[in-house]
Amino acid sequence: MTHTVLVTGVSRHIGARVASVLAADPDIDRVIGVDTVPPPSLSGDGGVPAGRTEFVRVDLRGSDIAQVIAAADVDTVIHMSLLSAPPGGGGRTFMKEHNVIGAMQLLGACQRSATIRRVVVRSTTAVYGSSPHDPAVFTEDTEPAEPPGHGYAKDAAEVEGYVRGFARRRRDVTVSTLRFAGFMGCGVDSPLTRYFTQPVLPTMLGFDPRLQFVHEDDAVEVLRRMATEDHPGTFNVAGDGVLLLSQCARRAGLPSLPVPPAVFRSLGDLARRLGLVAFSPEQLRLMRHGRVVDTTRLAAALGWRPKIPTAAAFEEFVRARDLAGGLPAAMTDLLLSAVEQAVERAVNRPANPPPVRR
Amino acid sequence: MTGPDGARDLAELLSFLRRRLTGEYEIDEFGFDPELTDRVLLELVRPLYRHWFRVETFGMDNVPGDAGALVVANHSGTIPLDGLMLQVALHDDHPRRRAVRLLGADLVYQLPLLGHLARKSGHTLACREDADRLLRKGELVGVFPEGFKGVGKPFSERYRLQRFGRGGFVASAIRAGVPIVPCAIVGAEEIYPKIGDLPLLARALGLPYVPITPFFPWLGLLGLVPLPSKWMIGFGEPIRTDEFDPADADDPVLVFNLTDHVREVIQQHLNELRLRRGHAFPPIL
Repeated sequence: MTHTVLVTGVSRHIGARVASVLAADPDIDRVIGVDTVPPPSLSGDGGVPAGRTEFVRVDLRGSDIAQVIAAADVDTVIHMSLLSAPPGGGGRTFMKEHNVIGAMQLLGACQRSATIRRVVVRSTTAVYGSSPHDPAVFTEDTEPAEPPGHGYAKDAAEVEGYVRGFARRRRDVTVSTLRFAGFMGCGVDSPLTRYFTQPVLPTMLGFDPRLQFVHEDDAVEVLRRMATEDHPGTFNVAGDGVLLLSQCARRAGLPSLPVPPAVFRSLGDLARRLGLVAFSPEQLRLMRHGRVVDTTRLAAALGWRPKIPTAAAFEEFVRARDLAGGLPAAMTDLLLSAVEQAVERAVNRPANPPPVRR
Repeated sequence: MTGPDGARDLAELLSFLRRRLTGEYEIDEFGFDPELTDRVLLELVRPLYRHWFRVETFGMDNVPGDAGALVVANHSGTIPLDGLMLQVALHDDHPRRRAVRLLGADLVYQLPLLGHLARKSGHTLACREDADRLLRKGELVGVFPEGFKGVGKPFSERYRLQRFGRGGFVASAIRAGVPIVPCAIVGAEEIYPKIGDLPLLARALGLPYVPITPFFPWLGLLGLVPLPSKWMIGFGEPIRTDEFDPADADDPVLVFNLTDHVREVIQQHLNELRLRRGHAFPPIL
């Protein structure tokens, strides 16, 4: 029943890929992509073939989106536009307006539309916050001990609130909220992937958070299924398995630098001012206590679960960015192969007769 | 090189080091790292277990081999070394080398280092969600329902079980339909005899208590060396919960009654085991 799909945030990597996958589906008549900036060109960095996707430049903070939805008889909306960090040029105020006011405008337009049948909203597992008082694994129904009070996570929590309100008012519309773990993949550019591309990873002294990633291919597949099938409700989306931050650093062959939390914060501020990595307070909490979610509900609803485990998603990212093969890994390999050869010689030495004593 | 065996050991050690350095090991969703726990963390505690406290275990066949179960033990010793010793006991002395997953106070998970070491050695926060999840997965879960009331009680009240919280552990066992294995730990009471308390300092530091023992704080760090009492850990006959309906977990009267029953069984077991052990410091006295 999906005929005309509207995808927001289409100039960013995952949004563009979702639009492109839907545009390739012969059962879908039209795919309209909207964003505040035009998508990057195919030849340039991060371009994704758009196929039949029709791009419309819309600032979600205004009411233009309502006209787009009304004019095209949109029946399915995929709301991907959620900024995880202030974009270049814009500050936190811009980010908050874009995330929260943008979602309100979009949902307001959907509420008025007579053609809307399905709304899929991208959210984040960051809405659970991260604290030592929480259970080890969050299900969709877990009440966070300390709800996020800052930035991205707070925006997402507020957006989810408006989405619930919309779902109550338009019971005829199927509303799916997807709480994604950190996106991982060669095309992903997020505070998390930028963190892992530093030459040295600062970590919080005495803390080793559990992390979970979702591979971009799986994220796109989940969104495709949600866009073409009815799965009302809220779902966690993450690759199977868990990695500790220390494990990530070792697997990437990157040295980690444990620093006291206060120093970590000021390093984060410095990096933000230099425009290197943007670490917001809720990401700092993640670097302390970590976060793991349960994906049973998603698997039960879709009859499918993300194919690429957390560890494999990270490994692919490491390989694609050519992070691996740092000095520590090379040195240990050299040492180990030398000793292994010596060991092999010793093992192959015949046990009988006993070695000659001098 | 000491011949093929030595070479094999060295090769094993090297492949272990390689796995650790390259991060090629698995942890579960709670952060449990079995390899690190067995080969490093427990290895550090084993001398204490074998030679210092000379722990003896009884009734290990009451602990299931591969199914889920809830081990409920008394808590004592001012510093919760009993948790570590219980972990070594179930790992080293159980034929199936079971990894016990202890449910700990949230204080542990707020502290740097300690919280993450606790997670790596398989333990987690004492909350309903984590207990249910572990038991559903067929894990062996351990709880000390007395909490700080037990571990921080004065020496004069040794081997007297304190109140058993709100019985949340019993409700979890009923929901999962797993047996409750009562466990008595004798010996931990004497390691740091708590004869006094510094409540003002405790409040300032945000700790549940700051103990005064015959040796601490008078001897400084030396006062933190636990006294070499003789330990015994006994596991009693499992108390079945599978004849209850999972919905019975919401019946407070039933839960309270079963909690009292478990408490009485442990107290009795504790008294018997204490008699069996005799004096805490046999070589000295």
